[in-house]
Amino acid sequence: MAESGFERNFIFGRVKKMSHKIIHKEQLSENVFAIDVSAELIASAAKPGQFIILAINSEYSERIPLTIAASNAEKGTIRLIWQRLGKTTTELADLKVGETIENIAGPLGKPTHLENFGLVVCVGGGIGCAPLLPIATALKKQGNKIISILGARNKELLILESEFAAISDELIVTTDDGSLGRKALVTEPLKEICQRKQKPDKVFVIGPAVMMKFCCEVTKQFDVPTDVSLNTIMIDGTGMCGGCRVEIGGETKFVCVDGPEFDGHKVNFDLMLKRLNAYKNHEQKALEQYKEHKCKIGLDKKTERKK
Amino acid sequence: MIEKERQQLLDELLEKQKQGRLKPSDRFAIPCQQMPQQDAMERKNNVEEVTTGYSETQARLEAMRCLGCKTAPCVNGCPVRINIKDFITAIADGEFAKALGIIKENSLLPAVCGRVCPQEVQCQEKCTVGLKFKDVNKAVSIGRLERFAADWGDKQNEKDVPKIAAKTKIKVAVIGSGPGSIVAAADTARAGHDVTMFEAFHKTGGVMVYGIPEFRLPKKIVQKEIDVLEKMGVKIVRNFIVGKTRTIEQLMSEDGFDAVYIGVGAGLPKFMGIEGESLVGVYSANEYLTRANLMKAYKFGNGSDTPIIRSKKIAVVGGGNVAMDCSRMALRLGAEKVYLLYRRTEKEMPARVEEVHHAKEEGVEFHTLQSPQKIIGDENSCVKAVECIKYELGEPDESGRRRPVAIENSEFTIDLDAVIIAIGNGANPLIGQTTPNLKFNKWGNIIVDENCKTSIDGVWAGGDIVLGSATVILAMGQGRGAAAAINKYFAEKLSERSGDN
Ligand SMILES: Cc1cc2nc3c(=O)[nH]c(=O)nc-3n(C[C@H](O)[C@H](O)[C@H](O)COP(=O)(O)OP(=O)(O)OC[C@H]3O[C@@H](n4cnc5c(N)ncnc54)[C@H](O)[C@@H]3O)c2cc1C
Ligand SMILES: Cc1cc2nc3c(=O)[nH]c(=O)nc-3n(C[C@H](O)[C@H](O)[C@H](O)COP(=O)(O)OP(=O)(O)OC[C@H]3O[C@@H](n4cnc5c(N)ncnc54)[C@H](O)[C@@H]3O)c2cc1C
Ligand code: SF4
Ligand code: FES
Repeated sequence: MAESGFERNFIFGRVKKMSHKIIHKEQLSENVFAIDVSAELIASAAKPGQFIILAINSEYSERIPLTIAASNAEKGTIRLIWQRLGKTTTELADLKVGETIENIAGPLGKPTHLENFGLVVCVGGGIGCAPLLPIATALKKQGNKIISILGARNKELLILESEFAAISDELIVTTDDGSLGRKALVTEPLKEICQRKQKPDKVFVIGPAVMMKFCCEVTKQFDVPTDVSLNTIMIDGTGMCGGCRVEIGGETKFVCVDGPEFDGHKVNFDLMLKRLNAYKNHEQKALEQYKEHKCKIGLDKKTERKK
Repeated sequence: MIEKERQQLLDELLEKQKQGRLKPSDRFAIPCQQMPQQDAMERKNNVEEVTTGYSETQARLEAMRCLGCKTAPCVNGCPVRINIKDFITAIADGEFAKALGIIKENSLLPAVCGRVCPQEVQCQEKCTVGLKFKDVNKAVSIGRLERFAADWGDKQNEKDVPKIAAKTKIKVAVIGSGPGSIVAAADTARAGHDVTMFEAFHKTGGVMVYGIPEFRLPKKIVQKEIDVLEKMGVKIVRNFIVGKTRTIEQLMSEDGFDAVYIGVGAGLPKFMGIEGESLVGVYSANEYLTRANLMKAYKFGNGSDTPIIRSKKIAVVGGGNVAMDCSRMALRLGAEKVYLLYRRTEKEMPARVEEVHHAKEEGVEFHTLQSPQKIIGDENSCVKAVECIKYELGEPDESGRRRPVAIENSEFTIDLDAVIIAIGNGANPLIGQTTPNLKFNKWGNIIVDENCKTSIDGVWAGGDIVLGSATVILAMGQGRGAAAAINKYFAEKLSERSGDN
């Protein structure tokens, strides 16, 4: 543990102001970014499957959840990987190394239940590959045999391929347009694997809600237990607001305290999909205003793509 | 009554008093001083505070209505036993600083309590003047006078920082930053302990900032109290979720905290368990108010990034302060119609009378003896209507309130685009999940003794996490009680230690 770190000194000692500095930044694909950001206490407490909630500044910022893609307790940093979608993720993508995020709270959610299941299939769709990686890595460490299926719309959008290659016994890549790997949706290879002589013992799926829904339909046919990680809208992340509620086996559950991982065969995905779209029009408006604002102050120049 | 007339009346009364001719009948004859407030039609379009506070003359006139009863029954109605009679006398005498000093002996947050306490069921319910008129609304307006003294103090710009005893090196962790925690932090810091406050949110103040709306309790009032804590040397750590970032066990065994006060408040919102509650446009009160208050969604697009659905027709289910706040916030967010659905009658509503009154003035439609049975969605799973059923009052239940009984075949529907459920909260689950030895009752509230001590040595708790849904003043009272117990515990320990030497 980083005993002498800055954050500890703030909390348990005498440093005046706490903030989270961006130590390293990468662009993984056109719209996917990764940063290592200092968050010492979270780094030393984080377990696979957990997430944080951040607000870039304090007065008016939206609070958004992001998965802890990796954590380094020695350096006191956590890694966040996100897709540029709306206002907050766009603003986040515009931050540079050395700049700070004012508020990061976590680690939130229950950690992934890890054990030696035997043969595990890890299915990641798009940005979902980021939260999947720490889980797959930990499962490998537990002695599981790992088959990874990574899917994206095209070659440019596929991320973390080499990282998954390093920990997988078998790696299958699919793209919608066939620009890399197989031209298919992830459900195709998943079905084939379920039909193999050695049926998987467990499946983890993280990706867009629609993709998780269809993967679960496949594994249900073969009776393979499947965990999914749900990305509902969240506000507090501590079980206070109820905004993250989902229906699991007919019961109301709260993703932030009961999840984010659930038995995929019990999730009411249709309802969840609708709830995710609740603010679509509003979010579009916020993004447009932010872009307009950047344009006015000359910040709309494309961020340089880093290697 | 205009200000000039008030001044004249006050002068006359003071003159009589000086000559020793002021009789109780003169006091009864003083008209109740109405609280100045923004016009209802105007204020429902802004989030500024609804009531603007007494003038000095008004405050002194209202204070002169007090009879100065020997037994001061009002004090018994006050959960923290403020010396009401004396502070009111001081206001009548124009000695506002003295009045504030008297209040502060017992209450640390008068500007807050003066605004949000349910006085009509506490001090004012017991007031002799109200009893004489057989109308609690004609009691001395103790709450408004308390607020007057507090606001007067703030205007003097000399928010004095309380004296701190010699440093003890005892480390106290206060979890949460609601009213109970603020008081616990202040009182332990005053005793010279090294106090750190941990708050999960990025803003401090608890329900006073994310629940109770700006138009009822301006956030700057709460911020001032937090500023005082900081001046007293209390360290405030935001974005720190005890149980997740560090556990209580870690705070005590690894980080060197000697005592912990848990004030994490209420948790998971209750839903009704009816069909359609997961539809888009159904909010818990907590979500609705948090979006609106904490993230200032009412400024969405003008600074704030957090969206909120700007519904035109909204139903709010419930009859407490929370339901009133949601209804009135909805109006401020542009709703054209707000229906308040409550199973019982107005008499049983737990909300403060003033809030009910203000909500009605602003145009909230009260539908009592009705409750939703089913929420109906459109093809996009957005709320379209609610199906309600009518109720009548039956026999009283254990609490003495008459139980609502559904009337068969009385179903009807109301067209809507949002529903806010404000029927209460369960207990906060996080601390329980991560603190194995802490004892909870069957509702998930922490069990404490009369000094607010929990089942773990060195750990105290108070506020909503102990009481269920309570009030600001009760939470404060527990924070104070716990702090006193903490201070006593360590004072004894320290004297034992010095005795050993
Ligand atoms: C537990 C959890 C972990 C998450 N981990 C990651 C992660 O590691 N990396 C990552 O990129 N994203 C992650 N997300 C999703 C991320 O929080 C959202 O993408 C983000 O809130 C969008 O914010 P925005 O302001 O940029 O976009 P908004 O303007 O809020 O939304 C833009 C678009 O994104 C959609 N959207 C909004 N919220 C979500 C959401 N929660 N999930 C999916 N789509 C959404 C909207 O419908 C809209 O079309 C996670 C979500 C949860 C609940
Ligand atoms: C909308 C609304 C209106 C109300 N109106 C009135 C009124 O008019 N009059 C009245 O007297 N009362 C009112 N109440 C009730 C009153 O606000 C509460 O009883 C009171 O605030 C409880 O205080 P508390 O000390 O328990 O802490 P709370 O105010 O509940 O604050 C608890 C704090 O702890 C934080 N926290 C939670 N978990 C953790 C954790 N694990 N680690 C760190 N921090 C954590 C929370 O984020 C929060 O800030 C109202 C409540 C609501 C919701
Ligand atoms: S009961 Fe009423 S009249 Fe009597 S002392 Fe208290 S406030 Fe004054
Ligand atoms: S995010 Fe508020 S309860 Fe889960």
